[in-house]
Amino acid sequence: MTELEQRATQMRKDIVAMIAKAGSGHPGGSLSSVEIMTALYFGGVMNYDPANPDDPNRDRFILAKGHAAPVLYTTLAHAGYFAREELMTLRQLGSRLQGHPDSNLLNGVEVSTGSLGQGLSIAAGAASGLKLNNSPATVFTLLGDGECEEGQVWEAAMYAAHYKLDNLVAIVDRNGLQIDGKTEEVCNPSDLCEKFAAFGWDVHTVDGHDIDALIDLLKQTKASHDAKPQVIIAKTVKGKGVSFMENQASWHGKAPNDEQTKAALEELDAQ
Amino acid sequence: MIKRADEAQAQVKRATRAAYGETLVHLAQEGLPVVAVDADLTGSTTTKKLADAGFEDRLFNCGIAEQNMIDVAAGLSITGHIAFTGSFAVFGTGRAYDQIRNTVCYSNLNVKIAPTHAGISVGPDGGSHQMLEDISLMRGLPNMRVLVPADYAAAASALRLAAQTPGPVYVRMGRASVPAVYADDVELEIGRAYVLREGKDVTIFACGVEVDQALQAAETLAEQGIDAEVVDVFSIKPLDEDTILASLAKTGCAVVAEEHSVYGGLGSAIAELVCEYKPTPLEFIGMKDRFGKSGEYLELMDYFKMDAAAIVEAVKRVIAR
Repeated sequence: MTELEQRATQMRKDIVAMIAKAGSGHPGGSLSSVEIMTALYFGGVMNYDPANPDDPNRDRFILAKGHAAPVLYTTLAHAGYFAREELMTLRQLGSRLQGHPDSNLLNGVEVSTGSLGQGLSIAAGAASGLKLNNSPATVFTLLGDGECEEGQVWEAAMYAAHYKLDNLVAIVDRNGLQIDGKTEEVCNPSDLCEKFAAFGWDVHTVDGHDIDALIDLLKQTKASHDAKPQVIIAKTVKGKGVSFMENQASWHGKAPNDEQTKAALEELDAQ
Repeated sequence: MIKRADEAQAQVKRATRAAYGETLVHLAQEGLPVVAVDADLTGSTTTKKLADAGFEDRLFNCGIAEQNMIDVAAGLSITGHIAFTGSFAVFGTGRAYDQIRNTVCYSNLNVKIAPTHAGISVGPDGGSHQMLEDISLMRGLPNMRVLVPADYAAAASALRLAAQTPGPVYVRMGRASVPAVYADDVELEIGRAYVLREGKDVTIFACGVEVDQALQAAETLAEQGIDAEVVDVFSIKPLDEDTILASLAKTGCAVVAEEHSVYGGLGSAIAELVCEYKPTPLEFIGMKDRFGKSGEYLELMDYFKMDAAAIVEAVKRVIAR
């Protein structure tokens, strides 16, 4: 197992443990995007410095699917924005780790998210702002596939292509599930690749659990300056790494009990 | 003492929205990092003037997509820009309320919600376009300040204040040309209400286009021997509690006039205040739980009983209570 794979496994354990301690939260979509976050923050893709969180030329990350806060918090803790012990305060009164990310409480959270469909617009606005500043920074944003049912995502897609935001990279965590079931059965978003391409984006697909492939593609899309925004459709497994959570919509937003937590951590330890 | 328009200036009618693009140009020329984000209404809101003045790169037209407009402004704000949003008030607040709540206000971003065409003064476009619930929507949001300018000069001042004040600010502007209340270079303040006419028998609290109606009503009342105080509640949130309570301590009763629903706007704000500190008889001029309809601005003000004549009647009722 590579160092980054070990990191990903440790992040999964942190996610399971923090949600179990909190007694509520969203494990499915947090676990599905662990490799994406690992590649972004620990694969040499994003330029960031926890000691200088306001650096105007830092790359920005915006978690459009704000309910996956546990994966963001875990990533930020591993990156050095705060101590890992604080992860265990998730969702408690007085914690900086709100149920959905609050940018007023925590460095590294660029903007508060949680209401779906807004992150791509915010990322596009930030990309416009960075261009106006002549900044070399790139904006990354992570969307859910269910989130792509929000009409605003396509308003933003149109805007980003119109303004030629080639400093914007959107990643869709295509795990195929949302609260009520399979995305294809709830309200089919159908072929997201064709949709983004039709809006004028450069479209890429990748195995969202292949860290090396993610790093290569993220670096490529970051370096791309062809006057088009970039989107990566990352095929993932919801609940990845914990067998009883994998591909189960029911694990979108609930915490494991003590027995389930023990089993999940043992399974992750064995990886 | 706040600078009022003199008699000649008061004859000049201008819309509050006319101050929008012009003020943004002044602010940009002064070196402030202002940007405007609009939704296919840059001519109507006048934000287009920013591009006309050579700041093309500071104007972002989102097309007809108000939700995106608000969040693009949010993104611009987190990269150091003072982001003003446009559109008509009905869309710029109502269509994008969740974006304003969950992104702009919850994150406490430097985004200004400054739409135009609020109220029934929109006129012939009718009820679908006459926004009468926006003050209520914006006033309920934590971190949001709410400014309702009475004329062109007050709007210019409000926009300047919005740019100078970090965080979300709502500036409500209208389509109709209205008489000048203030001198052009007036400097108003957030959190202030302004006593425009002193009186001892009754207070008329007003905002926006109703300020001029209130001043007209006070003239009529004076002829009938009633001495009305007129207060422009320019800042609805934060509310100038001291000025409002001081006026009521003197007059003992009030009429509140606004070009807005009587639910949730200025009338409600003042009712909340007086109920807590000094219960006082109040009458409310505004839309009474209904939508507007097509017509000319002043016709509608008469039809919906929101004009100076209606204020005069309300004053008589409240004094008699």
